[in-house]
Amino acid sequence: MSDSSTAERERIQLSSAVVRFAGDSGDGMQLTGDRFTTQTALAGNDLATLPDFPAEIRAPAGTLAGVSSFQLHFSDQDIHTPGDAPDVLVAMNPAALQKHLSALKLGGIVIVNTDAFTERNLQKAGYEESPLDDGTMTDYQLHEVPVTGLTLRALERHIEEGELNKKEAERCKNMLALGLVSWMYSRPIAETEEWLEDKFSSKPEIADANVTALRAGWNYGNTTEAFAFTYEVKAAKLTPGRYRNITGNQAMAYGLIAASVRSGLPLFYGSYPITPASDILHELAKLKHFGAATYQAEDEIAAMGSVIGAAFGGHLAVTASSGPGIALKAEAMGLAMITELPMVVIDVQRGGPSTGLPTKTEQSDLFQLLYGRNGEAPIPVIAASSPADCFHAAIEAARIALTYRTPVALLSDGYLANSAEPWRLPSVDALPALDEAFAFTTEPNQQDGGFAPYLRDEDTLARPWALPGPPGLEHRLGGIEKEEGSGHISYDPANHHAQTEMRYARLERIGAQLPPLEVIDPSGEAEVLVVGWGSTKGPLQAACHDLRARGRKVARVHLRHLAPLHPDLADLLRSYRVVVCPENNMGQLAMLLRAKTLVDVKTHNRVTGQPFASSELVEVIERSGWGEQA
Amino acid sequence: MTTNEIKLTKKDFTSDREVRWCPGCGDYAILATVQSLLADVGARPEKTVFISGIGCSSRFPYYMDTYGFHTIHGRAPTVATGLAITRPDLDIWIVTGDGDGLSIGGNHLMHTLRRNVNLNILLFNNEIYGLTKGQYSPTSPLGSVHKSTPMGSLDRPVNPVSLALGAEATYVARSIDTDRQHLSGVLRGAYEHRGTSFVEIYQNCNIFNDGAFAALREKGQKEHNQIRLVPGEPITFGPEGERAVIAEPDGSMRIVPTEEAGERVVVHDPTRVEPTTAFALSRLAPSPTGPTPIGVFREVDRPVYDDELRKQVAAARERYGEGDLVELLEGGNVWDVL
Ligand code: SF4
Repeated sequence: MSDSSTAERERIQLSSAVVRFAGDSGDGMQLTGDRFTTQTALAGNDLATLPDFPAEIRAPAGTLAGVSSFQLHFSDQDIHTPGDAPDVLVAMNPAALQKHLSALKLGGIVIVNTDAFTERNLQKAGYEESPLDDGTMTDYQLHEVPVTGLTLRALERHIEEGELNKKEAERCKNMLALGLVSWMYSRPIAETEEWLEDKFSSKPEIADANVTALRAGWNYGNTTEAFAFTYEVKAAKLTPGRYRNITGNQAMAYGLIAASVRSGLPLFYGSYPITPASDILHELAKLKHFGAATYQAEDEIAAMGSVIGAAFGGHLAVTASSGPGIALKAEAMGLAMITELPMVVIDVQRGGPSTGLPTKTEQSDLFQLLYGRNGEAPIPVIAASSPADCFHAAIEAARIALTYRTPVALLSDGYLANSAEPWRLPSVDALPALDEAFAFTTEPNQQDGGFAPYLRDEDTLARPWALPGPPGLEHRLGGIEKEEGSGHISYDPANHHAQTEMRYARLERIGAQLPPLEVIDPSGEAEVLVVGWGSTKGPLQAACHDLRARGRKVARVHLRHLAPLHPDLADLLRSYRVVVCPENNMGQLAMLLRAKTLVDVKTHNRVTGQPFASSELVEVIERSGWGEQA
Repeated sequence: MTTNEIKLTKKDFTSDREVRWCPGCGDYAILATVQSLLADVGARPEKTVFISGIGCSSRFPYYMDTYGFHTIHGRAPTVATGLAITRPDLDIWIVTGDGDGLSIGGNHLMHTLRRNVNLNILLFNNEIYGLTKGQYSPTSPLGSVHKSTPMGSLDRPVNPVSLALGAEATYVARSIDTDRQHLSGVLRGAYEHRGTSFVEIYQNCNIFNDGAFAALREKGQKEHNQIRLVPGEPITFGPEGERAVIAEPDGSMRIVPTEEAGERVVVHDPTRVEPTTAFALSRLAPSPTGPTPIGVFREVDRPVYDDELRKQVAAARERYGEGDLVELLEGGNVWDVL
């Protein structure tokens, strides 16, 4: 094989592209997508990813239920979403084609692994006839590539010399596909070669086989006549700085470490495994050299209890879970609230109710975090809005917890957790100095030398954080209603009412001390306001961008704080002719806004386990703001 | 003079809160014994934390002039574990009951014991739900007639000592609320033991279940029924030592007249690594209405969970150096945009 033919190929410059890899769960599509993402990041593109995989670890091979996919949107512009319709679909088997073809742009490129199009696989995917022959593909640019066969041929020597068996060789087919797509988009593969060698350093023959397959894919594109063009997406003009790629769960873990470093408090992370939050535990377990203790508890309740104990002990205490686990933690969260200890409870939301859709995304736990406890038990609730934003959201959650001595709920979701985006690294010194947010109380605070654990700071209404240890401060915390000041058990009716009001007042203090809301309205004349929270930020941002390009004046505000709501929010909402709030739930924030502001907020709700497409939101905002004529 | 030099007394461990158990409740005796014992062993109130769940016994922390945490039903071990991991300098005691510790909190109890977290668990067993006014509990005898079981309870009771041994707890003991001397001895052992100590205390609820432990508490009966376990001693009991415990070939144990026991009498050894013998001993008494062993069943050394966890943190620091945030953030593939 030679490289000479490349020169004859026309290279087309694109501003952006959307590629989707789809195959069986066992085909290694997530890994392929991850690698393509890294190569793309290193090429300097802005990007956003959307991994999508079944909840079953090994769903029956070849079935629709077993299809796993990974979508990547990359661009020479600033982008905010993983893209609506893919330009390229790589389908490793009939089920992948069946499931994803309809999403593809008309005229888009489809690369299919023809070796997987056996009668049996076609049947499993629900095809009576092969879609490759019956006209199904006429609207697309079809490339029939015998990916499995090519892989086996490339690894003939490896098999003959007994370095790996046929099955192991076949498993390298995802690297062949990656090599081919890398060639198509002029992405260098050297970094992936290094990565493979490192990953399989203990099994050099496996590393070598994967590298061989990767190169074979590249060369296949290069030498066959089938591909008339290659494409190039130039580096994006991103804000200068140092960048890396990061997923939401990784950013969350790093944010917690940063909060620990910036507060000077060792991190205690107690949790119970649950999809899609477990990766935070996995990340933190590798970071013990930051003084982080990770504790895998026997259940969700134990994880929550351990965090309460660790907060009492004076650590930066954090737990994370997803909806079902948060439900189990609810009683203990009430205890954390009434004992006024600082801690962070992360909810990486997934499709609900009950077990729901464990690997899919949804925003339906907002009410659970706001109201899902017995009695009046208000706690601050904030949300992260992009994968990299999880880093800053974690620090903000810790800041509120430490300043106001309260459990803070931090919402992420399955989409943020697993998606990646390039992240401009912040200056560590510019991160909030959390050590200013608190001081341990070590001296009695009463004239008579006694200690009143519920005596409050006038400014924040926070009570003292007094750890066991100093003599003279011995006190008892608990879940029974407290007497103001002394913290003694109190069944006094007036005290209970006053304490309840105080707990709401403390929440409002948090709001009163927030920086102003950031409203994006380049025209300054918008009459339509889009309100969002959490992971819808990317699609909303992209939709508003498109609308403005079409002459629509639209303003956008994205809420970090869900409890308390920003004190200026009501006035802001009232100042627009139309307010629209699309959510991946059945209208939870919208209901809250309506209740709190009496503004007739318009809604758009969808819970399909997938993030919004920006085109869908363009339509929704257009319709809500300017009527049906859109 | 620093506080460290003053010899503390029971008073130093007694809070100013009025004790609110029913008059005559066994909890009073336990409270007094614990307060005296802590003074005796030289514990410091500021370094001592009592953590409880929900139930009559769980009011305990309010009466101790130490740090305390009255948590929620069944969850005291979870809070205590978080505290133990983060604060090796503290003496942490859990006060729980048969409902709190064995029913709603049974899961946490088992896992705390198997982990061997550095905690002392005092389980007040009164074979009844007191705070909710008299329902049968996981330790109530089969057929117990109470408010929720007018025709008798249907589920077999759990033996707390057997359960703890099954979870391979490293310190397992049993004592009686009003036997101050015996209880003190067992608690002293718990205090000195590193790892999880589990002490079942038979506690009389004179309101809803009076006399449940009469066989072991009352004069005239207890002499015949208390099998006092003494390390290194043959296990015999009765006013004249006339009854003995022997091991059967199948590993179980049985009570026989001492003169019949001969060589077969069991010599008590709580330090045996295998919990099997201790378990057999715990099965000797199906319920505390007849001859029942009290004392330390098991006392062995095993790595302590929170010690090991802190060691891993230290080892990671040794290996990778003190974590550096900039290095962490730049740890992946980075690229510069100019
Ligand atoms: S109900 Fe029973 S256990 Fe509870 S305080 Fe009264 S006597 Fe004690």
